[in-house]
Amino acid sequence: MYVAVKGGEKAIRNAHRLLARRRRGRTDVPSLTLDQIAEQMALSVARVMGEGSLYDEALAALAIKQSRGDLIEAAFLIRAYRTTLPRFGYSEPLDTGAMLVERRISATYKDLPGGQLLGPTFDYTHRLLDFTLAAEGEPELEEAERAALTDEAMPRVTDLLSEEGLMEADPLPEEGHVVGDLTRDPLSFPADRDLRLQNLARGDEGFLLALAYSSQRGYGRTHPFTGEIRYGAVEVEFFAEELGFTLTLGEIRLTECQMVNQFNGSAKSPPKFTRGYGLVFGQAERKAMAMSMVDRALRWEELGEEFTAPVQDTEFVLSHSDNIQATGFVEHLKLPHYVDFQAELDLVRRMRKEWFAARERRDEELGLAAGKDQEAAE
Amino acid sequence: MAPPTDGREPMHQSPQDAARTSPGADPAAQDGAGADDRRRIMATLATADATRLGELAATLPMPTGHDLIRPAETGLIMARGRMGGTGSPFNLGEVTVTRCVVRVKSGEVGTAYVLGRDKTHARTAALIDALWQNPVHRPVVEACVITPLAEARDQARNTLRQETAATRVDFFTMVRGDN
Repeated sequence: MYVAVKGGEKAIRNAHRLLARRRRGRTDVPSLTLDQIAEQMALSVARVMGEGSLYDEALAALAIKQSRGDLIEAAFLIRAYRTTLPRFGYSEPLDTGAMLVERRISATYKDLPGGQLLGPTFDYTHRLLDFTLAAEGEPELEEAERAALTDEAMPRVTDLLSEEGLMEADPLPEEGHVVGDLTRDPLSFPADRDLRLQNLARGDEGFLLALAYSSQRGYGRTHPFTGEIRYGAVEVEFFAEELGFTLTLGEIRLTECQMVNQFNGSAKSPPKFTRGYGLVFGQAERKAMAMSMVDRALRWEELGEEFTAPVQDTEFVLSHSDNIQATGFVEHLKLPHYVDFQAELDLVRRMRKEWFAARERRDEELGLAAGKDQEAAE
Repeated sequence: MAPPTDGREPMHQSPQDAARTSPGADPAAQDGAGADDRRRIMATLATADATRLGELAATLPMPTGHDLIRPAETGLIMARGRMGGTGSPFNLGEVTVTRCVVRVKSGEVGTAYVLGRDKTHARTAALIDALWQNPVHRPVVEACVITPLAEARDQARNTLRQETAATRVDFFTMVRGDN
């Protein structure tokens, strides 16, 4: 338990002053601009927007600057900021099928309508440090190659399989079901898939990555294939009540992952492929993939599968995925716990006293017994 | 069986769905330009580069004086996705949005909802929306602001698509001895 303390105001003030100086670093090094962070640290910005659960690149860049690059602290700042703004409503569901695609790949089909578009990816790079970036100034950049456009549609890969009935259909909304919202009501169990997906979408990338990895290594049986990953801009639409029609507000960039899993069928359903779904703000492929694998694992009950592993445990996964909550509880341990600890100290002292007293008594009894044995032997 | 809802809260459901099925609810529909037209120009204004929008708005020949009905205000909209891309909706995360409502001297009321926190962007977009609703001004607004913005957007999207197309992996149509 944390008990309030007072005092230390001056030390705290000085510590914050020092923090401000350390955050700035050496003043002969230019200060970072938010544009520089948004443009050149775009994947950090994406992570902060995702885990902060608020899409605003400039705010995420500011949070990263203020937090000295501590991305969990930055997401924390974003979560705190959002509470100061009014809520205008809910968007129309985003249409990822209409995405302006910047990357789109499938590990299940080599040749698919619309093609495999690698886009700006680290895949197939050699992971060798590029020391030309360490030199002052940037190397001369080559103009991006351009290719002629075709009007070929880019259907989701999962839609191709569903035509044959081999792929489970997307779940349709149940009548009267109100979409769960973690920003309105705290998480409770059992949690439906809408709540699970919201939780995972803002969950910690590292935690989801580890869980997804565990499922591949045998803790839970998933045999996933990346049906499709796509990244690009999607329009956000909103029904404005005062106007009576739906407006386009602008575009946000998203990463979507459809993970395809084999399903042996059950009494209710023939063998087919099932899916896990990942959708994340910004370019965040690792997170989207991990999210889709965890989403699929959490569907074990609905699909009549065996419960064997941590990744399938809804309560365990959802209760520990939020790094803002996690860091709050772990880091609160460093705040003064003097009163608490004083009580523990008294308790441990008393227990030790009793323990030593008990040992002394036992030794005496043993000593007496040993003496008797000796007498008997002589 | 009733058609599936998209999970919208019941409190929002009736007025929204009623409005959706009655195109007459759109004010712009009255004088020749349809609801789709107004949606189109509002989308162009919302997705425009704010600096460029300001520059183009400054070129308009008509008076641009206006009253603020609802000053620019920043808030949140919860963006929704769909399970598997086409299934039931879920809440993905919030986006910042700035909205503004203005009235021009000739009486038209313009509205803007724009992603982000740029109040000038929202106010300028609302002003242009109001001017555009006036049938006399509309052709000039289209020519001076909407068309250049739409062209710039198309061009940017095309460049991006062409750059992306150059990274297409095409295992089967590669021709041997091409070079």
